Amino acid sequence: MARNVSVQTKIGFTIAAWAIALLLFSPILWVVLTAFKTEAEAIANTPTFLPQNFTLENFGAVQDRSDYFKHAFNSIVVSVGSTLLGLLIGIPAAWAMAFAPTKRTKDVLMWMLSTKMMPAVGVLIPIYLIFRDLRLLDTLQGLTIIMTLINLPIIIWMLYTYFKEIPIDILEAARMDGAELYNEIVHVLIPMALPGIASTLLLNVILAWNEAFWTITLTSGRAGTLTAFISSFSSPQGLFLAKLSAASLLAIAPILLMGWFSQKQLVRGLTFGAVK
Amino acid sequence: MATAQTRTLSRIMMAPAVIVLLIWMIVPLVMTLWFSFQNYSLINPMMTGFAGWANYLYVIGDPSFTQSLVNTLILVGGVLIITVVGGTFLALLLDQPLWGQGILRIIVISPFFVMPPVAALIWKNGFMHPGYGMLGHLWKFFGLQPVDWFNQYPLFSVIVIVAWQWLPFATLILLTALQSLSEEQREAAEMDGANAINRFYYIILPHMARSITIVILIQTIFLLGIFAEIRVTTGGGPGYASTNIAFLVFRTGILSNDIGAGSAGGMVAVVIANVVAFFLMRAVGKNLDA
Repeated sequence: MARNVSVQTKIGFTIAAWAIALLLFSPILWVVLTAFKTEAEAIANTPTFLPQNFTLENFGAVQDRSDYFKHAFNSIVVSVGSTLLGLLIGIPAAWAMAFAPTKRTKDVLMWMLSTKMMPAVGVLIPIYLIFRDLRLLDTLQGLTIIMTLINLPIIIWMLYTYFKEIPIDILEAARMDGAELYNEIVHVLIPMALPGIASTLLLNVILAWNEAFWTITLTSGRAGTLTAFISSFSSPQGLFLAKLSAASLLAIAPILLMGWFSQKQLVRGLTFGAVK
Repeated sequence: MATAQTRTLSRIMMAPAVIVLLIWMIVPLVMTLWFSFQNYSLINPMMTGFAGWANYLYVIGDPSFTQSLVNTLILVGGVLIITVVGGTFLALLLDQPLWGQGILRIIVISPFFVMPPVAALIWKNGFMHPGYGMLGHLWKFFGLQPVDWFNQYPLFSVIVIVAWQWLPFATLILLTALQSLSEEQREAAEMDGANAINRFYYIILPHMARSITIVILIQTIFLLGIFAEIRVTTGGGPGYASTNIAFLVFRTGILSNDIGAGSAGGMVAVVIANVVAFFLMRAVGKNLDA
């Protein structure tokens, strides 16, 4: 990092990088600023940068009109629920693959990854019909199940790469001391791998929160998550600019914050450990 | 090490994950395959029975299929070119000595965390709307006629939105790869008198090659299934101008209730994805023991 360059060069690079970064960020900035404008100001012929009449009424209006909190609640239930369920199934599997590998472990891992490659549209119709017959359409249970299944390979892969970094000797020492498998996992492995498990949890909550294929196709009114909620704003254009921004801001703010914390793990998680 | 007992235990611990994924992978796929050979329409329940290849011929023979296939290729290809070239450039820039690197990283990665429908609606209403979008204002500022992006250039507009979402991903991965390049190697090249362009071609690019491959493959998997961005902006139109294979299946199967034809389209999507997956698996698999 400590390359010697002149101050002028550094200033040049800094300006260029900030200019491009802010350009990329401008749509998000637009949402943040517009959310606090009045509708009239939002569609004014001469656009304003900062809100001239700072208002919070858009947030209230969004809640009154479309029940933001219900959709946010649904998003939380589905993203957190599916991630916890995924960890429950994934931790034992990752333990087995990392600490008691067999000849086929590598094949099993690759196969799990391959399930992620299946395009959602390839199975949309059967899932839709099965859900219709089991009355799972537009339910949080149904959505949580789907979300668990689509993120399970990533959960197992991430856990596997983190578990691999823990020396097996420590687990074996616990085993020598007569620790049951349950205790070995709950009292030795999980505390040691906690940072890795936390990153896995964070990344998968983000992925599930932003998932927009199954949430849109399988829900309508009751179990709609924030992705479905926002999509419902696609038809009534025009007058909704400030309210749309307020709704958008509410939908992306929590995940943006979580994303900033987990950006390093994101690289590892989404490349399946291939780039560290 | 692996005694018979731990091996049994290992299988038991893996069983739940393997079983649910096995069901998830096989059951719906077999059903799609089955439906694709059936006459099955939710609108016309009288039409039943074995259809042979009729659904496939119907889907593939329809002009909308060819257009959707071409659109899919343009969409995936366009976004890949923008994100890989732009991402490489941006990663190189962010790797230079500059002030505020940590904050810059956070700012640049942000669009990736914006959920697809929000990203699409921001661009649709805030930027690309000819009346009050920011691009419209910009065009007017320069005395130009504002462009009605989604009607005049529907596919291009979708490409812009999707590229905006994935450029941060490519940048972040490539930046991570770039930062793992040892300083000694760079300095050695510099001392040997290699100029910036030579250093890029002979040192940096070969080092990044594998990460670029991985970025391309992973993005392709996701880009083949682009859905929400199309759903909330153009609805696949005008006509089929911005319909990709994923959206065509949704249109045929769910919106038009033609289960048989929709399933045949779904199987085509599966075949396309498998070709890509084959290469991705090889790239990732090679690295598994490293």
